[in-house]
Amino acid sequence: MLEVKDLVVAYGRIQAVKGISFTVEQGQVVTMLGTNGAGKSTTLRTISGLLTPVSGEIWFEGKRLDGVPPHKIVERGIAQSPEGRRLFRQMTVEENLRLGAYTRKDTAGVKEDIDRVYDMFEVLGERRNEKAGLFSGGEQQMLAIGRALMSRPKLLMLDEPSMGLSPIMTQKVMATIADLQSQGTTILLVEQNAQAALSLADRGYVLEVGRITFSDTGKALLGDDRVRKAYLGAD
Amino acid sequence: MELFFQQLINGLSLGALYALIAVGYTVVYGIVQLINFAHGEIFMIGAFGAFATWTIMGRPTGSPVATSLLFILPVMLIGGVVASVAVAVAMERFAYRPLRNAPRLAPLISAIGVSVFLQELVRLFFGRIPGMPDAKSDLAFPSISGISGASVQMGGVLIRASAIFTIGALVLCTVFLWIFVDRTKTGRAMVATSQDADTARLMGINVDRVIVSAFAVGAVLAAVAGVAQGLTVGNIGFRMGFLAGLKAFTAAVLGGIGNIYGAVVGGLVLGVAEALASNYLGTTAWKDVWAFILLILVLVFRPQGLLGAKVVDRA
Ligand SMILES: Nc1ncnc2c1ncn2[C@@H]1O[C@H](COP(=O)(O)OP(=O)(O)OP(=O)(O)O)[C@@H](O)[C@H]1O
Ligand SMILES: [Mg+2]
Repeated sequence: MLEVKDLVVAYGRIQAVKGISFTVEQGQVVTMLGTNGAGKSTTLRTISGLLTPVSGEIWFEGKRLDGVPPHKIVERGIAQSPEGRRLFRQMTVEENLRLGAYTRKDTAGVKEDIDRVYDMFEVLGERRNEKAGLFSGGEQQMLAIGRALMSRPKLLMLDEPSMGLSPIMTQKVMATIADLQSQGTTILLVEQNAQAALSLADRGYVLEVGRITFSDTGKALLGDDRVRKAYLGAD
Repeated sequence: MELFFQQLINGLSLGALYALIAVGYTVVYGIVQLINFAHGEIFMIGAFGAFATWTIMGRPTGSPVATSLLFILPVMLIGGVVASVAVAVAMERFAYRPLRNAPRLAPLISAIGVSVFLQELVRLFFGRIPGMPDAKSDLAFPSISGISGASVQMGGVLIRASAIFTIGALVLCTVFLWIFVDRTKTGRAMVATSQDADTARLMGINVDRVIVSAFAVGAVLAAVAGVAQGLTVGNIGFRMGFLAGLKAFTAAVLGGIGNIYGAVVGGLVLGVAEALASNYLGTTAWKDVWAFILLILVLVFRPQGLLGAKVVDRA
């Protein structure tokens, strides 16, 4: 479904992603692990079209994706919940969700999907007219995921959804991702929280300073000593 | 007391003019963080567009009153709006968009260049358009019966019809602007882009298009202001955008740059302050001085403006 080939991305002269290749198949959850500054967000931002690669190719459903402007990429079916959530904090929950559905024209379907998000996250429904900035970190993360779902994406990309959340909230977020997975949503998940993210994953990649150093099934990576050492604090 | 109310009316009329122009500075700034110093020229182009429309229509003036009011003025307004929007959109495309990722000083310099270019273009070439008079010196703006020169007396206070036109235009424009920003998809996209452009892109918003809309919206209001100025002062000239633009920019900063309603409030406050100050604190020759003293005071003591500038919210 998504195929990234020899992708190189740079900020000025500094390469943040140094030739990575990976694939995401339909219906899979693919996890990308990596420490701070490994290039995970850079990769997602490039797939979304916010950054232009120096070289390499990105293919989505058999068509070239690199060089396509961001709004067209959303129309093609890729949504991203960015790092740090980036909600429109001064807008209400409902306004945020409506912006998530910006590319859609089926008003009735949008209404349905908003209700679906409210069913998934009850707090959001109860406080739909409150400003997004007033919610707790976990609730904001739920809203960010809900907002990304509003475009009915074929591929959902989540950038560190557990960042800054309490263990309980992290668990809730991971349970949500598991739910989405069981509904058949294709997900590219970027995380530092290796245990939870890998146990969900059909496939995992480990990114280190711009290069992919390990790739295997989620289970195999969880069992790999080197990965355990580096990302699960095991010795 | 009568004198006070007279100055208040004069100030509100002047302020409404500033406010109409100020919205253009603030909308563009809110979205691209660019002070479009050529916006005063968009106002000037609006006035010339309306003038040209009137000339093309065969210079119908005066009577009968009914036709002139109901027919000529709206058509002139449309002509002015079309001219302003076309120039503003072209300006964005050719003078600013290529500099989107350049250092902040570059678009500013480009703005000054565009400003001089547009003034000279009108000065040198307006008269070359078939049927148009030479614009090297001021042109008499068509006098519309019922508006130009007309006035009503209210308890010793003289209210000119052109003042009612200007203030009425501001009220209408503000209502439309509110509906546009609050209720339309493009309006919501503009607000989202001004809060966080990259995230707006992730929502599927075409930010390039939003930026063009911002320039266009500002140009519509500036063109209305250009016509209002023509009706109020009675003449127009290629230089008219300079001072008006500077005052309107002051108004935008006064209200809180990036804040649309702030621009409206800032314009009105500036106009009234200017009228009152020049009446009570000295001769009219000083009126421009008061405006800029106000600007300096605001920048020093309340740089976020009266209503507060747009707060950039990043998590
Ligand atoms: N806007 C930028 N300008 C210059 N360098 C940047 C920019 N954004 C990121 N970088 C650099 O690119 C590299 C990769 O950053 P990136 O944000 O992709 O990492 P990440 O894996 O998402 O890290 P984190 O886990 O901290 O989010 C880092 O060295 C970072 O300093
Ligand atoms: Mg990151």
